[in-house]
Amino acid sequence: MSVLVNKNSKIIVQGFTGSEGSFHAEQMIDYGTNIVGGVTPGKGGTKHLGKPVFNTVSDAVEKVGADTTIIFVPPAFAADAIMEAADAGIKVIITITEGIPVKDMIKASNYIKRKDCRLIGPNCPGVITPDEAKVGIMPGFVFKKGTVGIVSKSGTLTYEAADQVVKEGFGITTAIGIGGDPIIGTTTKDAVEMLVGDPDTECVVMIGEIGGQLEAEAAKWYKESGSKKPVIGFIAGETAPAGRTMGHAGAIVGGSEDTAQAKKKILKDSGIHVVDSPAEIGKKVAEVLSK
Amino acid sequence: MNLHEYQGKEILSSYGVAIQKGIVAKTPKEAVEAAKKLTEETGTGWHVIKAQVHAGGRGKGGGVKLAKNLKEVEQLADEILGMHLVTPQTSKEGKEVHQILITEDVYYPGDNEPEEYYMSVLLNRATGKNMIMYSPEGGVDIESVADKTPEKIFTEEIDPATGILPFQARKIAFNFGLEGKAFKEMTKFVTALYNAYDGSDSSLFEINPVLKTSDDKILAVDSKVTLDDSALFRHKDYQSMRDTREEDPTEVEAREAGLSYVNLDGNVGCMVNGAGLAMATMDLIKFAGGEPANFLDVGGTADAKRVEQAFKLILKDEKVEAILVNIFGGIVRCDRVAEGIIEAYKNMGDQIKVPIIVRLQGTNAEKAVELINEAGINVKTAVQFKEAADKVHEVLD
Repeated sequence: MSVLVNKNSKIIVQGFTGSEGSFHAEQMIDYGTNIVGGVTPGKGGTKHLGKPVFNTVSDAVEKVGADTTIIFVPPAFAADAIMEAADAGIKVIITITEGIPVKDMIKASNYIKRKDCRLIGPNCPGVITPDEAKVGIMPGFVFKKGTVGIVSKSGTLTYEAADQVVKEGFGITTAIGIGGDPIIGTTTKDAVEMLVGDPDTECVVMIGEIGGQLEAEAAKWYKESGSKKPVIGFIAGETAPAGRTMGHAGAIVGGSEDTAQAKKKILKDSGIHVVDSPAEIGKKVAEVLSK
Repeated sequence: MNLHEYQGKEILSSYGVAIQKGIVAKTPKEAVEAAKKLTEETGTGWHVIKAQVHAGGRGKGGGVKLAKNLKEVEQLADEILGMHLVTPQTSKEGKEVHQILITEDVYYPGDNEPEEYYMSVLLNRATGKNMIMYSPEGGVDIESVADKTPEKIFTEEIDPATGILPFQARKIAFNFGLEGKAFKEMTKFVTALYNAYDGSDSSLFEINPVLKTSDDKILAVDSKVTLDDSALFRHKDYQSMRDTREEDPTEVEAREAGLSYVNLDGNVGCMVNGAGLAMATMDLIKFAGGEPANFLDVGGTADAKRVEQAFKLILKDEKVEAILVNIFGGIVRCDRVAEGIIEAYKNMGDQIKVPIIVRLQGTNAEKAVELINEAGINVKTAVQFKEAADKVHEVLD
């Protein structure tokens, strides 16, 4: 099994005919992802990369049964694209777009709470279930199939972690990039909970960073769940100064509670295996799974 | 993007928030003119001269002074303009004052004692909604209020679907213990303040103090405004408010080149693709016995031009003793990145005097390492993350 996306997902690409959308749609199709079409307002009825283009998300739901979307729409229009997908009945909305105004995301995240859907991102690398579906911008070959779930705020650090896990002889069930913005649809806790509940996932790697309380919230949930499934945690940004935004809009130390040190302590106290060096993530997974 | 007090007040005022009036000046002569004009407009006798820099605690550093006549305005303006203002929030070198704000005196005597409150508007990341945070303990450092008397800090969360509602504004005014004219003024103030925050796409408003004057008016005496950079595209009029003199010059240059860069104090520079990996690389440098000199995300493309720009930025920092390049090539192939690094290195010739360690992982990593090793440039290569750390350790020794 896996979570969020698999070989049966019917996936559309919003912002399909744009340069980012086209490039990554092609990569996803090459990977074997079940892309059933795309949406670009005004280009409905045409074909792109051999797939139908629709004017609206509801057309795509009606005509090809889309249940999952990946959004590459530019920042100014991305929140609208998220709400359109939610309104059309899409169940999994994966938003890659970086730089969406916070005000727009406040609106979108509150709007979709009233709908039956899950938002991943924005400003994230997407979700991959190896050999089944790559719904994101990650390099597919890094992720071999296996039993380790990954949750991460970052793109390249997710690839790094997956690569280390694979080099140790293990593989990935599903890797979820939740995104580095202050407002995201799926939190660390949500993603860890999904993976802990997935019977095929034997261990979860949780990669966090400075800023916010998401990792602490996930750790609290894990401790209270009483789960015996091991979780390995890494928090990036131990050397980041307070009050400065480190690339990701959400990566900023605001107080003593959202430093890397404070988060690591909370993780440890909750029974999570914390690695201090980002070079040791794979090693730790091997150590824990070989016990 | 951070704004000066006077710019923040301009935005507040444009949304109908009552402010302490002021005029910005760049010379003592302009300051005197401003003071005269303010007296005409507001009837104020005294004036407050306030240094305009991006840092809190300006009063503590001597950047806020009261002038009781025009001669004092000129004197104090002369004193504050050009000074290097040191506050608890600046470095020990301080910040040079290029502009001052001449304001009306709003602490005039009257029927009641003036009172100071604290108010801010910001995002509550836990709920994904904006909130108004306020306290009757204004005019002082809010962190110390939070530490010592947390019960004196109140919050009011705003539903994005409705915006601020009248009962919420009333609740805030009641919590300040207000009545009569001051109560009404406060509800107007709070409502206008939230609308200004929302309308201007800000990510932080901090008004400390909000003043109740002796004749029961409610005014913003100071303003700290941070605009959401991602929303600046729809506020063309605010874009010119950026004051690059307040920023690190290397960071300004980086932003213009489209690179995400933060200057730090350490001795090992780094260049990485992706913010998360960049932070992890900084941490790794520390594990290897160094200290990161910067955060630098070169982004997804990492071509020769960007790599060269990034090298130049890092090398401006004289403390840098080594550079670690860490690229995880995914969609972008490592051999392409390697070609970029070689080209950049050759273009820069003898400008590079410190050892460089390049770690490339991902698509065609082995081929990339081979390319660099054969290029005859003074660059050490690594494929594994750990290997890169060991090599950093080696060159620092």
